Amino acid sequence: MPKLKLPVPPLPPSMRPPPKRPGAPKTKPLDAAQEAGIYTVDWIDERTSLSGGLRWLMFRKVPKGTNWFYTLGSATMFAFVSQAITGVFLAMYYRPDAAGGAYESVRHINDDVFLGEFVHGMHKWGSSVMVILIFLHMARTFFFGAYKYPRELNWVIGVALLILTFVMSLTGYLLPFDQRSYWATIVANNITASGPFVGPYLGDFLNGGAEFNATTLSRFYAIHMMLVPGIIGALIGAHLYLVAKLGTTAPPWVKAKPADELTEERA
Amino acid sequence: MPKKQAKSKYTADRGIPGAFEGETVTRRRFMVGTAHATGAIATSAILLPSLGFALGPLFEQHKQRWQPVGAPDEFTNDNYIPKVITIADGIGEAGKTTVYIRRRNPKLDTDQLPKGFESEQFVAISTRCMHLGCPVRYTEAAQRFICPCHGGVYDFQGKVDGGPPVRPLDRFYNRVRNGQVEIGPRFSVNRELKRFSPRNPGEPLDGIGGILYPSRPTVRKLDKLPQD
Repeated sequence: MPKLKLPVPPLPPSMRPPPKRPGAPKTKPLDAAQEAGIYTVDWIDERTSLSGGLRWLMFRKVPKGTNWFYTLGSATMFAFVSQAITGVFLAMYYRPDAAGGAYESVRHINDDVFLGEFVHGMHKWGSSVMVILIFLHMARTFFFGAYKYPRELNWVIGVALLILTFVMSLTGYLLPFDQRSYWATIVANNITASGPFVGPYLGDFLNGGAEFNATTLSRFYAIHMMLVPGIIGALIGAHLYLVAKLGTTAPPWVKAKPADELTEERA
Repeated sequence: MPKKQAKSKYTADRGIPGAFEGETVTRRRFMVGTAHATGAIATSAILLPSLGFALGPLFEQHKQRWQPVGAPDEFTNDNYIPKVITIADGIGEAGKTTVYIRRRNPKLDTDQLPKGFESEQFVAISTRCMHLGCPVRYTEAAQRFICPCHGGVYDFQGKVDGGPPVRPLDRFYNRVRNGQVEIGPRFSVNRELKRFSPRNPGEPLDGIGGILYPSRPTVRKLDKLPQD
């Protein structure tokens, strides 16, 4: 007998399965398969207690007035996941070799590899989509006042994620290693380096030396595919935890119903 | 009788089980400290070398050398000849840059030559724009260096004529050896064409700029030029 109990989906009465009739129940193959599935999930849940956390995360109460604007955060996360998946596959063909191998490998992806141009295009245009979505999500949070107490820390994490997304855009721009990538990176590194006192050292850190050199490309590649995605993933986890913990806000046009004891009885 | 000593936090007289008389650190506390110290040592044994590995290139001395670019009679004093030199090894085309070279014109080039370089006969101008590092191009008809990115314009000597650049174009040390003009390390100049150790683009050298952008230790020693 499975112990796992998930909430009943909110179906209209006509669509709900009819209650079992008393009498001899006949076990059909479909029922057996369902039973096996439930048994497996139950076996895992008994040893991990995952269902409690999942129920806590997925079956939350949302305030009245929740609308499509509240999906922008999930949309941004979907864009990130899409970037991660296409990025992993691009990394299977890409070579961070500044002596010409990088450009050649991107040309190979675009011209020779089956669906290579499509996957590369997904990654290239998807990065713009992610930046647009993260800004829309930020605007939603701002205009709905969802950054206020007790959600300030989530705003701070979100800003860190925004900056890391920019870092991804900057480091990813160099990787095709064509003229545009090269000179855009020269300009970006020089902008960084033009800050007073510490600027030259930050520029040196990005270049991996005093000039653009052999390690610059591999450095950008490592930051782009390992360092920053890891940090983004961890911060998304923290961001989501706080969303689930604190709940979402109602839109500002939904008036909160005052508590009963605060409402004065009027004759 | 001496002054009564304050009771130790951990001695047996406070009734802590297993504590010795006069003991100052309990064994539990000692073990916790040992475990933390071991963890800290193990972590730093991995973390510090990794950080040094990542940051090492910042402190590496940039290797300088002389590169021959052509015979001295190739160059005149009223026009620039573009030549290609290598500034970063091992990355092929991406490590090369163009240098514009002409003979020094005594009427025009009145800037002081540094000690040991009084016999410098050529002007070698870097194509790196001093706004943000795009490649400038010498336009003969206008006798100007023009940057394609953000519209920086420099005059015949490489001084700023217009646009966003903050100082004149960088130059290179040069000399004549074995019948060849050789291009040496880069140096930056201020408005009066006074020589400074190389700075990044976007760093002014006039007025407060020299204070805000001190030279970096890795590229500081201008007087110690490579001899071969």
